[in-house]
Amino acid sequence: MSAALLIDILLWGSVLGVGLIAFRRGPPVFKASLREGSMDFINIVPRIALGVIGSGYIAAIIPQEVITGWLGPDSGWLGVATAVVAGAATPGGPVIGFSIGTVALKSGGGVPQVVAYVVAWALFAFQRVILWEIPFMPARFVWFRCAVSVPFPFLAAAIAMVIGKP
Amino acid sequence: MSEPSPNNPAPAEDAESAPRPGRIRKPIGWSTIIIAGLVAVSAALVWRRDGTDGVLDILTHDLSLFGGILPRVLAGCLLGAFISEILPHERVSRSLGPKSGLMGLLIGTAFGAILPGGPFTAYPVASALLAVGADFGATIAMVVSWTLIGYGRAVAWEIPIMGTDFTLWRIVISLPLPVLAGALGRFVYVRLYPKPDAEDDET
Repeated sequence: MSAALLIDILLWGSVLGVGLIAFRRGPPVFKASLREGSMDFINIVPRIALGVIGSGYIAAIIPQEVITGWLGPDSGWLGVATAVVAGAATPGGPVIGFSIGTVALKSGGGVPQVVAYVVAWALFAFQRVILWEIPFMPARFVWFRCAVSVPFPFLAAAIAMVIGKP
Repeated sequence: MSEPSPNNPAPAEDAESAPRPGRIRKPIGWSTIIIAGLVAVSAALVWRRDGTDGVLDILTHDLSLFGGILPRVLAGCLLGAFISEILPHERVSRSLGPKSGLMGLLIGTAFGAILPGGPFTAYPVASALLAVGADFGATIAMVVSWTLIGYGRAVAWEIPIMGTDFTLWRIVISLPLPVLAGALGRFVYVRLYPKPDAEDDET
């Protein structure tokens, strides 16, 4: 809980900081951005609602065990490819993603595969894309960003194969 | 990046004369429709498996989650709006725009790595950067850097769960990826949308 409190303090502190800078540029600038930010918020609430509630249902039909099964001790590039798909399909937040990575590592999963899984999860986890990225960013950007990112879990796995274990 | 610029009062005038391009698009787009469809199918599958109680359980859990997230979303929106108002547009498009080269990708990467907070700050701020003149490449570098080498998630979740050794090693492996992703993004974008922003070149 204290971590969440720290995040909130940092977050609202940053808002206060940039708000102060805007205010010193003149009250009209401050009021305009305040109105702009509030309008963005109002426009985004329905989409966040769809994301939060929606990803809950999607997560419920992709149980964790399915993902863990995909991350078996399958080595080689097929294993990496499976890990990338598993990373994108992992439901839930960071606790679940990293826990699955740890379980895979302890139960004999290859290190490059686990790296590919963690990187793919960071880049594509569907719940984060649906819940956060699509509501806030232009949709064209999100799809473009995801498409361009596809090679990188594979590249990370390749680097891991070359430089070896931690 | 955000150093004060006392000798540059232009942004204030700029903000009043020209309306800022809308950062958040129309409320219903194709992505929203696809997600809504996916959600409807998933909810139906949950209903078939767990009955009405299962559907309601998830609904109440997610509604409370939603209530908890809302203040942070508001903070993120305000942060994005203030940042896009106070950043000097022409300087942003010079240092993060299509012509910013490797330096722009490095700045985007550094910015993503030091940005505090979670997705509720990263995406509104990235969206604000896009609106004030950053190109897709630099913004991709920023988003990818935030997600792969940003300290926030690593400190809060990855180190406690996966261990310090794995996390640091994974971050070292990830170091080149944001710049490469941004460069690939720029490379593809120019070929996909070949029409250059001619009016930007003149400034």
